[in-house]
Amino acid sequence: MSDVWIVVCVVGLATVAFKGVGPVLLGGRRLPAQLGGVVELLAPALLAALVVTQTLGAGRELVADARLAGLGVAAAAIALRAPLLLVVVLAAAATALARTL
Amino acid sequence: MPLLAGGELKKNSTSEATAGYREGVRAIAPICVTAVVFGVSFGILAEAAGLGWLAPIVMSATTFGGSAQFAAVSILDNAGGVVAAATAAVLLNARYIPLGVSVAPAWREGSAWRRLVQAQLIVDESWAISARGGGRFDVPVLIGAGVALYLCWVGGTALGALAGDILGDPATLGLDAAFPALFLALLAPQLRERRALAAALAGGLIALALLPVASPGIPIIAASAACLIGLRGSASSGRYAGRAPSL
Repeated sequence: MSDVWIVVCVVGLATVAFKGVGPVLLGGRRLPAQLGGVVELLAPALLAALVVTQTLGAGRELVADARLAGLGVAAAAIALRAPLLLVVVLAAAATALARTL
Repeated sequence: MPLLAGGELKKNSTSEATAGYREGVRAIAPICVTAVVFGVSFGILAEAAGLGWLAPIVMSATTFGGSAQFAAVSILDNAGGVVAAATAAVLLNARYIPLGVSVAPAWREGSAWRRLVQAQLIVDESWAISARGGGRFDVPVLIGAGVALYLCWVGGTALGALAGDILGDPATLGLDAAFPALFLALLAPQLRERRALAAALAGGLIALALLPVASPGIPIIAASAACLIGLRGSASSGRYAGRAPSL
């Protein structure tokens, strides 16, 4: 099985289990508050790490390239409450433009 | 938004459920447009990252969680490896455990299998739209909204994955910057809460520090440790007081 399909299967099965565990097994009981507090913060921690690595990473090196311009434009668009699609399109356009300069 | 009285919630006859499905579809309709476009962009980016056309569609149909799917694809695209891609995506979707648990008290209808299938319709948006305040949820509304989002997401992915070839080199089009822009857009609304902001800053710094010294993908997995900030300041249940925190 190729790498891609391993990822697709593992992530798919894990997600099915994650979504189902509450409705199927718990039926009324709640997650311990402390555990819930930890899991809640996984998304912001991982998303921030992804922003950093996908903007500045090139293999094992830190680089500042055209992607930074794209991220800056995206941040401005988010601050102005632009819709998600516009944010992404503007970031791509700014990066493409910066590459031609 | 119509508020149901406490007693009505428990009856849940077929006609009430049907009305709930309809209400869910109506409420989610404006967001469906975004889901299609978002799905198209996932299909295009995944195809450009070398996943082919079938794998992105299967992934959208089975995982049905945008940020985790984008994370897995972007890590694979950057030669981050299978383990890093799967781990990051699985950790990102771990939030569906507490989301599912929060809805569980309202999810009494049907067999375990039926509930397992229905629970796959839980995504951030369908969950949020079915919240009725005070920890109560309207499950038929969640299901109606979830089905509509699912069709848009999987359909959009198929469109993007099959039409992606038409586009040229992703770097020339600046598509490599689309990933971090998207992650920032998903992150921004979560930063209003102080603990989430602290976790994001810590996660970002961990990734930045490890990026030059660790293999690609490792910085992202290590950044998940920042969620341990959640051990402090949350309502203390005392149940886990004697145990050492572990991931």
